[in-house]
Amino acid sequence: MSLILELENLKKYYATQKAVDDISFNIEKGSIFGLLGPNGAGKTTLLRMITGIFYPDSGSIQFDGSTFNPTEDIIKIGYMPEERGLYKKMKIGDQAMYLAQLKGLSKSEAMEKIKFWFKRLEMETWWNKKVEDLSKGMSQKLQFVTTVLHEPKLIILDEPFSGLDPVNANLIKDEIYGLAERGSTVIFSTHRMEQVEEICDHIVLVNLGKKVLDGTVHNVKQQFKENKFSIHLSSIPTAVESPAFLVDEQKESELIVKINEGYKSNDVLNYFIQANYTIDSFKEILPSLNEIFIKLVENTHSTARAFQQVND
Amino acid sequence: MNKIFIIIQREYLSRVMNKRFLLTTILTPIIMVGFFAGATFLSISGKDEHKIAVVDNNGFFKGNLQDAKDIHFEFPENVDTSNYIKKGYTDIIIIPKFEGTEKTDYIIRSKKRIGLGTEDKISDRINAAIEDKLLQDAGINRGSLDSIRSKSKFAELKSLEEGTDAATESNAALSYGIGFGSGMLIYITMFIYGAMVMRGVMEEKTNRIAEVMISSVKPFQLMMGKIVGIGGVGLTQFLLWIILILGLSTAAQFLIPQDVMQQVSTLQQYNGQMPGGSMVQAGDAAQKIYKFQHTMSTANWPVIIGCFLFYFLGGYLFYSSLFAAVGSVVNEDPQDAQSLMLPITMPIIFSFIIMTNAVQDPSTSIATWASIIPFSSPMVMMARIAYGIPGTVPYWQLAASMLSLIGGFILTTWLSGKIYRTGILMYGKKVSWKELSKWAFRKNQ
Repeated sequence: MSLILELENLKKYYATQKAVDDISFNIEKGSIFGLLGPNGAGKTTLLRMITGIFYPDSGSIQFDGSTFNPTEDIIKIGYMPEERGLYKKMKIGDQAMYLAQLKGLSKSEAMEKIKFWFKRLEMETWWNKKVEDLSKGMSQKLQFVTTVLHEPKLIILDEPFSGLDPVNANLIKDEIYGLAERGSTVIFSTHRMEQVEEICDHIVLVNLGKKVLDGTVHNVKQQFKENKFSIHLSSIPTAVESPAFLVDEQKESELIVKINEGYKSNDVLNYFIQANYTIDSFKEILPSLNEIFIKLVENTHSTARAFQQVND
Repeated sequence: MNKIFIIIQREYLSRVMNKRFLLTTILTPIIMVGFFAGATFLSISGKDEHKIAVVDNNGFFKGNLQDAKDIHFEFPENVDTSNYIKKGYTDIIIIPKFEGTEKTDYIIRSKKRIGLGTEDKISDRINAAIEDKLLQDAGINRGSLDSIRSKSKFAELKSLEEGTDAATESNAALSYGIGFGSGMLIYITMFIYGAMVMRGVMEEKTNRIAEVMISSVKPFQLMMGKIVGIGGVGLTQFLLWIILILGLSTAAQFLIPQDVMQQVSTLQQYNGQMPGGSMVQAGDAAQKIYKFQHTMSTANWPVIIGCFLFYFLGGYLFYSSLFAAVGSVVNEDPQDAQSLMLPITMPIIFSFIIMTNAVQDPSTSIATWASIIPFSSPMVMMARIAYGIPGTVPYWQLAASMLSLIGGFILTTWLSGKIYRTGILMYGKKVSWKELSKWAFRKNQ
């Protein structure tokens, strides 16, 4: 599969910190990509370089097969920043029109696309309302529409679900899937790991300006699994002891076991079968992304680094 | 380029297609005129009737005091300060023993305070009566004196200024008025439109729309779009004011009686004199209107208006980009803006002070230099231009001033653009002057 974005050794240093310190990764066309990291990890700086707002100090960005040219390629990108807003006094229709025209659409094209999206997201009646009359969730929807209106090849969404109720969040989620199916690539930046797990194909975790994790959601989970299994027995077991595993936790008839090195899951099953227990269920416990995230980020003092001086 | 046009369009239309814009544009001149009219009215108020008892024991004035509008003089018997109100008089004047050679005070007592205008009128009448009496005593005929007077008025001081081709008539009072007026107008609009730019930038920053915009357009385009758009609003407002003033003065002409206007046009034809000697005297009103029109025509209006537009735009561009830079570094707190604005407002106020001096004495070296340096040139040069080009302001000075203003606003816009693009995306941090200058002079971002 071809790549929409290739980042190579990107660096961006501020006076007081190394915001992005030698990060490289690739993003496949049509994928939904999760960019994760704690507050102040350098995500926003990274995204600002990808959207041409900042120039990297060093390193290169390849966009759709050729060197990224902000002036030209900016039209092919839709960016919904975390710090976002709209002109309060402007009518919603005019606002969408304005932003669409700035993305290079002609008046008639813009009108057509706005009508399409407003209808799709049930916003048609909003046209003449002012932004200040909208609730937070409503303006969020409008913001999403203005981001994807010009059918960009690359869509960057920074915390797209904040402020949305579950119904609208699902609506937007479905649209994200739809956009990816139609060939757009989505970069998705958030702290909400359950959403990442659900939506993203591929993730990258950055911390302290460096990449600490890169892979598909499945691979990452495999990489961090601790060989834990949950077993449901039909009766409450007594005196469980085996060289193959340790009991981590027991809750009546449910056991969570950790398999020792050199043993396999079948050894656990064999033990219980031989001990004459009926096994109702047996399931591997994979770590959630949340756990992996916390494990990797904890104790790195990532939030304190904004106040440290760069020495070189 | 197309994008910057879209931004200009939005910035312009969102302000012009606004009820508030129309209202302020129309109301401002009306309020200003109303203010002056009100002030004038108050100072000459005292329109109420005055029935004045004159106690003139020598009979000096009897029959000589002429009534004026709303002022009637009477010479009743047995009236004094204790009973004049009871007898139906509003005021009483007591004429002391009058010798005619020494200055003497006469006293007027009134039921209520008399207005300035009324007081002047009463004093005029009394002095005229004294003059008449003295003329009579000296054997001079009032009629022949009047004709001598009106003849002597034909000689009038007209100052001529050395120009390149022909000496042109100039008028110091008019030059002062134009210089001060246009300098003042530039001063006010610089603040109004500069602050408008700053508020617009602050709005974009606090509403968090800046980053959305910056992902579509360059920060410099966003800044210039706003500056040019609001500059257009300013020009539109001036245009509307000019139309309004022309419309009002045309309407005012219809209020002047037909025969007066005819006399005015005759005066214009014959260069300020009535044809056929003094046989037909032009009316007082016609003389005044002609004089006003004639005075106004001594100014070189096309040059003044052209220069005004240039210096308004140049000064606006020079300062508004600085205002934009301030707006971009301000966070939520508007008080930050106050202290950051100080280095911008100080030179503007300082220029205003120089302007008020330059308009009185346009050729001092401080006025000359201040009219060339771009910080102060928009106001100070306008004050000097009113006194004439190339008499007061040689061509080389005008050219130097214009070029340095153009260079100046290119420089401030360039520096501000660098501050702006960093500041607009910076949240929650109070920026120091040191950092600002670092942003401004950094090569890359």
